Amino acid sequence: MDEIANELRRFLLAEFLPGESAANLRDDTPLRTGGILDSVSTLKFVAFVEQRFGIEIEAHETGVRDFDCIADVAALVQRKRGR
Amino acid sequence: MVASGATAQSLCDLLEASTRRHGDRTALVSPDGSATSYAQLEQHASAIAAFLRESGVEPGDRIGLCLPKGAASVAVLWGAMKARAAYVPVDWQGPAARNAAIQRDAGVRVLFLGEARADVLREWPQATALPTLVRVPMGRTGAAGAFAAVVAPFPAAAIEWSAVLRHPPLAPDGAGPRGREQLAYILYTSGSTGVPKGVALTHGNALAFVDWASEVFAPTPDDRFSSHAPFHFDLSVFDLFVALKHGATLVLIGEELGKEPKGLARCIAEQKLTFWYSTPSALALLAEFGQLAAHDLSALRHVLFAGEVFPLPALRRLTEQLPRPAFWNLYGPTETNVCTFARIPLPIAPDRTRPFPIGPLCAHCDGLVLDEARREVAVGGEGRLHIAGPALFAGYFGRPDLDTTVFFERGGRRWYDTGDVVREVAGEGFHYLGRRDRMVKRRGYRIELGEVEAALQRHPELREAAVVALPDAACGVRIDAHVVAVAAPLSLIALKRFCAEQLPAAMSPDRFVFHPQLPRTSTAKVDYPALLRVSSGGGAP
Repeated sequence: MDEIANELRRFLLAEFLPGESAANLRDDTPLRTGGILDSVSTLKFVAFVEQRFGIEIEAHETGVRDFDCIADVAALVQRKRGR
Repeated sequence: MVASGATAQSLCDLLEASTRRHGDRTALVSPDGSATSYAQLEQHASAIAAFLRESGVEPGDRIGLCLPKGAASVAVLWGAMKARAAYVPVDWQGPAARNAAIQRDAGVRVLFLGEARADVLREWPQATALPTLVRVPMGRTGAAGAFAAVVAPFPAAAIEWSAVLRHPPLAPDGAGPRGREQLAYILYTSGSTGVPKGVALTHGNALAFVDWASEVFAPTPDDRFSSHAPFHFDLSVFDLFVALKHGATLVLIGEELGKEPKGLARCIAEQKLTFWYSTPSALALLAEFGQLAAHDLSALRHVLFAGEVFPLPALRRLTEQLPRPAFWNLYGPTETNVCTFARIPLPIAPDRTRPFPIGPLCAHCDGLVLDEARREVAVGGEGRLHIAGPALFAGYFGRPDLDTTVFFERGGRRWYDTGDVVREVAGEGFHYLGRRDRMVKRRGYRIELGEVEAALQRHPELREAAVVALPDAACGVRIDAHVVAVAAPLSLIALKRFCAEQLPAAMSPDRFVFHPQLPRTSTAKVDYPALLRVSSGGGAP
């Protein structure tokens, strides 16, 4: 779980937060409601997660309520890979 | 036979005529899948109008909406117009301070507020009396904005939505005589000084555009229209009023689904949409992420886009995946709605690199290309496009100072300066070349870079902020903020969060560049060309 979270963090920092310190991007930092990801970068993030972890994410799983921080996404990945 | 807009005095006449003819047909499909018939919509709208009259609303008053897209928000805007008031929609997920500023600027008498957005009310200064409030339940919309963490209580005086709908319907003439010169809605757009400005449009303005669209696209009651754009965005005028004039069905696409290409492709197929209208950005995402080939989209007859330039590679990709429908490029600022249009010739040649023209003038618009001294420019020359005709807006609400900057008289007519630089090419109409001011278009939204700067300058830990826009292969236009921090450089995450609280998402900067001080010209003004060089990698900050 930690490994998944760290991988997500590395991608988000490199892609959307160049220069930001990794310590500021916590597992519970809001990504969508906090203005880090907009609608377009969310799609890119979803595409990365699908490809990197070999899973398919459905539209209804990416609502702001369930897909807003690293912890949410890491849990989703783990759930999907567990199947 | 459809009621001619030439005889209609109000958009409301169109809804009432469609209800008489097609009362049992489905007017709306809500984001939750439920259907509303014409008779139900008409009944709800008339009940809301009766409530507004009872609440003291007079013709010419303004009615605010801060609501998710759905049957309720559609009924409210019709109800407002039936009471001969103008509706004022805002992005219901937008920053509380900005939404409140818009509703206060419009001086709304009644505000229909989604139950999750009571935080907007905190932004009313104590001295100003709150408008009459209606609390509208939202169900599970699956959506939340930057306000998600804020749970603000609704004032006890708020009126419940269900009580509003219990009013006996107001008769069509119950609010007095209708007229084309009366205001129908006010759409707020980005203002260069940081204050959004309200584009005030009349029933006559809307009817001129709707009648033009009827002629060109000839919709029928069997058509099924998308409603992708939010109601504060002028693309919605086509969806709402053209569809309902013709007794067609309007499929309301909720804010969350609207941003989700895979789900949108499924919606177009399942709802058997025949008309689609959106920004090029939404269509480009559909082509890239929508997996269009997995769906049967054969019902689609017309795909319309407006609001920004459609990058050619994305347009080519889309039209290759959707070879059947006709594609239309529509152009026009909110102040005039659509004033030029062109059908895209298919297939697009693989070696074409030149963007498509925005086309000739619509039948209801007159145009002039003028230079800086307002001299007419010959065909083939560059100049700013000016528009006259019945679609021309009434003015910026409460801002006669702004009106004088965009209107002028010539030949006994009022002309509007779009600010858009064009070149007319014989046989093709106009080509859009760009702008000379600080307004940019991103995802179809007009963005005044000055408004972004004004928001950043409100940050207590920033000493200075200047914003530039530059072309970007991935997102069309990128916005870079060049900032000077009071002390140490700030966390990017904290800055982005601040922007999410202050600005609509499309206006938030993509990148932040920290400087010890901003470069200045010899006259001590911010040196924007130098900042653009830094942004495009041509110089160190």
